[in-house]
Amino acid sequence: MKLHEYQAKELLSRHGVTVPPGSAAFSVEEAVAKAQELGGDFWVVKAQVHAGGRGKGRFKEMVSDEVIADVLAGAADVPGKGGVQLCRSIDDVRAAAQCMLGNTLVTKQTGAGGVEVKTIYVTTGADIAREIYAAVLLDRQTSQIVLMVSSEGGTEIEEVAEENPGAIHKVWIDPGTGIGDWQCRQLAFALGMKGAAFKGACKMFKGLYQTYLAADASMVEINPLIVSSDGEVVALDAKIAIDDNATFRQRELAEWHDEGELDPAEVEAAKAGLSFIKLDGNIGCMVNGAGLAMATMDIIKLYGSEPANFLDVGGGANVDQVIAAFKIISKDENVQAIMVNIFGGIMKCDVIAQGVIAAVKEVGLDLPLVVRLAGTNVAKGKQLLEESGLPILTADTMAEAAEKAVAATRA
Amino acid sequence: MAILVDKNTRLICQGITGGAGTFHSNQMLAYGTELVAGCVPGKGGQRFEDKVPIFDTVAEARTQTGANASVIFVPPPFAADAICEAVDAGIELVVVITEGIPANDMVRVWAYMRGKSTRMIGPNCPGIITPGQCKIGIMPGHIHTPGRVGVVSRSGTLTYEAVGQLSATGVGQSTCIGIGGDPIIGTNHTDALRLFNEDDETDAVIMIGEIGGSAEEEACAWAKDHMSKPVIGFIAGATAPPGRRMGHAGAIISGGQGTAEAKFQAMEDAGIHVVRSPSDMGKRTAQILGR
Repeated sequence: MKLHEYQAKELLSRHGVTVPPGSAAFSVEEAVAKAQELGGDFWVVKAQVHAGGRGKGRFKEMVSDEVIADVLAGAADVPGKGGVQLCRSIDDVRAAAQCMLGNTLVTKQTGAGGVEVKTIYVTTGADIAREIYAAVLLDRQTSQIVLMVSSEGGTEIEEVAEENPGAIHKVWIDPGTGIGDWQCRQLAFALGMKGAAFKGACKMFKGLYQTYLAADASMVEINPLIVSSDGEVVALDAKIAIDDNATFRQRELAEWHDEGELDPAEVEAAKAGLSFIKLDGNIGCMVNGAGLAMATMDIIKLYGSEPANFLDVGGGANVDQVIAAFKIISKDENVQAIMVNIFGGIMKCDVIAQGVIAAVKEVGLDLPLVVRLAGTNVAKGKQLLEESGLPILTADTMAEAAEKAVAATRA
Repeated sequence: MAILVDKNTRLICQGITGGAGTFHSNQMLAYGTELVAGCVPGKGGQRFEDKVPIFDTVAEARTQTGANASVIFVPPPFAADAICEAVDAGIELVVVITEGIPANDMVRVWAYMRGKSTRMIGPNCPGIITPGQCKIGIMPGHIHTPGRVGVVSRSGTLTYEAVGQLSATGVGQSTCIGIGGDPIIGTNHTDALRLFNEDDETDAVIMIGEIGGSAEEEACAWAKDHMSKPVIGFIAGATAPPGRRMGHAGAIISGGQGTAEAKFQAMEDAGIHVVRSPSDMGKRTAQILGR
């Protein structure tokens, strides 16, 4: 679950991290009022979307398709105004807000569809002497939380790791003692910090770890973290993702979550207790288990088509969930055939067969449907499908099912 | 004796009176697993299905019954605590079925377990089975056949798929382990390969990985230098888009790391017999074994 920048900064400031003054706005007038409240003569207006690469992103409504193609390709210089705009007057703020709100921002990370901007963040312009990168995340290799900094702020960490790995410094945190002052000092020394900036950086590092822990984050990333000319250390940007497994004890953050950026089908699936991810192919699939669901997508590709989705109905799906899954898959206009792949364990094949029959009767079936059942009560399941009189194609193996589904799209 | 579990394994179920705990305890008993105790705080002195004694603490259950393994069906908010209790009681093998434990909880569990003798399998896993002897977890027992091929996988149903294919081609299994789909797990691919390599009753291993993390690459590096038995490998998620969590908390390609292609490549470099089609795992294994 990703937070918006303005939410991340609110959370960080609760844990002693210095963030620039600023606030969220939902309308042009509100943005202007916030800028006037902040005062001064230099503001930054930032689109609040979950994707990165906002500054280099462009609005679909404002530029040509060629420019959008350049954005998606990651071109360095593209004409037009982006999702982060520097403003030297209140009129500039108004213009920036008008440019962003209600329009569709496309960045390298959003894909061609882009994301509609509904919220913007108005903040004061910063005095930047130095840019650094800092992040807290889980190191899967050591099963520990790692605090990682890089002297190359403003650059994506993957790029630094590839081109200048020596610029990256890490400390691993013992959950019993928490982050040590010595570890914060180690990183600040490694970055060559001195004086006020040294102290500020240590406090910042501690605050980032505390935020990670208190919010059950899966990532806290500050890029850039800046040092001002008088040595103040400030989180200029902030990306925070929350561990989905911890939402049961992070109620406030769960309420902050903006579902508006998710695919509506994914929101619907989540409500039905299904794990669903929309893809671009033409064969819809419904599978039990995440690993088998991925393997099903892969085998569709091996037989020459592309999967339209990832859909895991889970270990204990009931008839209602199967119906919900069918509805979601059928709504996708790209889908030309449906492949059901169930390995019955706890979930019995006859129960799944009943679910499929009920779903077909309720939702209707305009598309070829291939059902592969294996495991517990498979004979009973197959018998039910045959006796239903519905035009369901059956298969014994994954390969046979994929072959039939792909053939059906070409018939 | 296959690996980790056999007919001498004596099992405790933590959370035996919950919905999943009850259902699967009955299934395990029906399979013939020596389920000797349940543990539910506050229900000590009762019996599960009039047979299996329930204790308040794991320590008591272990002392009274001589149990050496535990399976955990405790809900996510309390699961990390249940693991620590089993570790403190000196249980040798803890199998954590629970899905959805917060990663921060597992970071603390991992630190707590350091230097202690307990092995953990999972969390978020189907469990472990030595066919015909001992089933610990939620896998359907009837698809397995006793034999000499080991199976290790991050997934549940995809493991069943591999087992089903093996059994259909007449190839039995020594032990099958689902290691779990979370970012922090107790037993990884490398651990499982090492155990199978040392096991006199295993001739070959099917290793099934997924996108995300680098555990498969590390296992391949180990296998390249140490593995003396054939390994048949498959990676799920070649068609998964980057940056999206594919059901399992650990199945995510981030920053270009953890792709299926990189893992397939590591397998090939290590001399592992790669199958690109998940439908061919059983057939290929049978071929390699000359069946």
